[in-house]
Parts: sequence; C-alpha cells; structure tokens
Amino acid sequence: MSSRTRIGLGLGVFFLLGAYPVWNGLASRAAPERPELAPAVDSTGATLCIEDTTWMKDHHQKLLNEWRTLVVRDGQRTWVSSTGKTWTIGLEETCFKCHANSETFCTRCHDYANVQPFCWDCHVLPQGGQIHG
Amino acid sequence: MDETRRGFLKTLGLGALGAGAAIPILEVLRPGSGEALAQVTGAATAKSGARATGRQLAMVVDVEKCLRDDVRKACVEACDRAHNIPSIPDPKQVIEWTWSDPFGDVFADQINEHTAAAAKEAPVLLMCNHCTDPPCIQVCPTGATWKRAKDGIVMMDMHRCIGCRYCMAACPFGARSFNWRDPRPYVQHDADGKPLSDFPTRTKGVVEKCTFCAARVDVGGQPACVEAANQVPGGEGALVFGDINDPDSDVSRILGERMAMVRRVSLGTGPNVYYLVPDALPALAAGVEVEGEA
Repeated sequence: MSSRTRIGLGLGVFFLLGAYPVWNGLASRAAPERPELAPAVDSTGATLCIEDTTWMKDHHQKLLNEWRTLVVRDGQRTWVSSTGKTWTIGLEETCFKCHANSETFCTRCHDYANVQPFCWDCHVLPQGGQIHG
Repeated sequence: MDETRRGFLKTLGLGALGAGAAIPILEVLRPGSGEALAQVTGAATAKSGARATGRQLAMVVDVEKCLRDDVRKACVEACDRAHNIPSIPDPKQVIEWTWSDPFGDVFADQINEHTAAAAKEAPVLLMCNHCTDPPCIQVCPTGATWKRAKDGIVMMDMHRCIGCRYCMAACPFGARSFNWRDPRPYVQHDADGKPLSDFPTRTKGVVEKCTFCAARVDVGGQPACVEAANQVPGGEGALVFGDINDPDSDVSRILGERMAMVRRVSLGTGPNVYYLVPDALPALAAGVEVEGEA
C-alpha cells in the first residue's frame, strides 16, 4: 500500500468520524419529541395568563427579570399588563396560582431547550421545594 | 509646505483643547446620559445619609417586655417561619435575622464596673438596625445591599449578592449572616414537605439579614416579629414599628415620652432600632431565667 493510499484512507476515516453528528442526525431522522406541556391549572378564576400565551412563551424570562427589578429594587409590587389589568408581581403570589405543576409546566420545556435557570435554587416551587431545571 | 515648528505646536495644542472640551459635551448629548447622571448623583446622595426628611422606618423595642422568653421566642419564631430561615446547628454557620444577646454585650459602651450582674445578663432582642448612614451599603461592590429611598429600609438583593462578605465586616452590629452551605436542608418543612412560607429560601454563598419585612411593609403590613409579639399576652407593644420622621407615628410618640437607647451611638451610623431600658432592669432581670440562647 502506497503512502498516498494510506493517507487517503486515514483522512477518510477522520472525516467520517468527525461528521458523526451530521450522519447520526440524518440517520435518526426524527427530531426529539416536543415536550407535552400540561395546561395551567386554574385556582384564581382567571381564564387567561397575564399576557397572550405566545408572547409569554417568548418573553417570560425577560418579564421575570423586569418583575424582579420592580419588586426587589424599586419595592413596587404591582404590574399592569398590556390589557390594562393590574397584577401582583410574584412567582409565588401570581404565577404558581395557575401554573401549579412546575414539572409539566417549567421543567419539561427547559429540559427540551437545554436551559438551566437557577430560579429554583431559592424560589420555592409549588410542590415543595425540590430543585428542578 | 512652510509650516513652522511654532505653528505646528499651536495647532496641536488647539486640537487637544478642542477634543478635551468635546468629551463632556458629547457625554451630555448622548441619549440616556441624563438618567445615568441622575443615577450616579442619586446613589451619592443615598450614600451620604443626608435624609432627615422622608420616611425612615424604625423599631422601638421595649426591653422590659422582651425580658420574657416567650415574647422573644415568638418574635424569632415568627421571623424564622416568615422567611424560611434555616436552623443550622453549627454555631459558625448559623443564620439569624433576629436574635438575643446579653445586655452587657449589646450595650457594652453603656455599662460600667458597678452595673448589676443581673442587668448585664438580661437578654435583649436584636435585629438589623437599618442605620441612617449604613456602613454595609458603602462597601458593597455590586449594589446588592442599599438603603431604600422611600422608607429607609436597608435592603438585600439576593440576585446580586456575590458573597464577598464585605458588608458583614462593615456592620458593627453583627446583623448579617452568610450562607456557608445550601440552607434548604435546614429549612423547616410542613407535613407535606413544603417550606413553611412562600418566601424564597436563600442559596449557598449569599449574605442575608433582617429587612424589616420589606415585602409586608410594601403592602401596608407590619413586620412579622411585631405582629407575633402583639399576640403574646403581656407582649403587646413589646415591639413598635413605624416612621420615625413622622411626628404623629407611634414610634415618634413613644420616643417623645420615654428615654431610649440605640446601640453604639458614637459610631455615627444612626441605628433605627431604639431600646426602652427600664430603670429597674437589675431587679427585673434578676427574676428572669435566661435560656441558653444564641
């Protein structure tokens, strides 16, 4: 076997291995299943979230940051939504009143999106403070 | 090109002058810079402690009523419950927002060699003094602790604390505790395994302290310890809370009628927790059995 062939073979094996994520992705075809999120369980009589669902999916992290600043830094504990309704700011005081199951509501989607917010290091989850993603 | 050395230097000098003058002008013209300026000056005023006007929340502690173990215990327990404060057995890692120490230690600069032993041993309820000019906020490198402009509460932002503990070194009253470990396993839980309150527990590596129950105050309530003391028969009025700058408030009224002490007044931090010390403290304290409290 000439060196040319050997080098060629070696390079071939190298590229094949290097491209593992590509061909593995192609081979397994199906994308990971989208998480099934449980609808909010309502205990407040509200029929809608504080904002539109799509907006909340996209912006809840920014909204939560804004809420944090309002409450902790400014001591302001109410917030007015785009519809003009006034809400009490607070994960515990407002969000969890409907979104009472963090496993089906928060964790599944965070796992799917591979994000690890550290909210739950301190904030107490509805079902009793176990640490979830 | 017939530029002289002198002419060249002149141009250079003018150019430098122009650039120097332009920087502050551009700074002012930049959008949002006014806000930034206001923030900087605001922070400076907040730190200078020149706040004779405006609200300043304060606590008046009736030392006589707080001699009773059940009164102090009710206060500490209410605080622990309200804020999910962990009970960590190791005394070096203990977390306390409110606690008791002997009178002789609390007012070390107010006793003398003839102070009765019973008075020195008398337990005094303690908490953050929410100083008018707090040294802790001046050393915080991240702004995680600051004095609220609206009511003078010395507040903590756990999201921003990096755990450097400068504030603990700066506080002359030992009012701050550090989370050496994850406090969760040491937080009391109810039968369902849920912490006793919705209040966020803290996490490893942050400093915490009494916040005068800022969350309750914001919605018009009273601190948990004040409520708890009022519920103990005989403990009514052991703690009184209100705006010290409002001449009609309960705290102002009491201070207008009775002599009150604050801790380490010579340091000039302006503590806002006032202590009503009875004349008969030695005799009163002699009748008190002091429980081995931290």
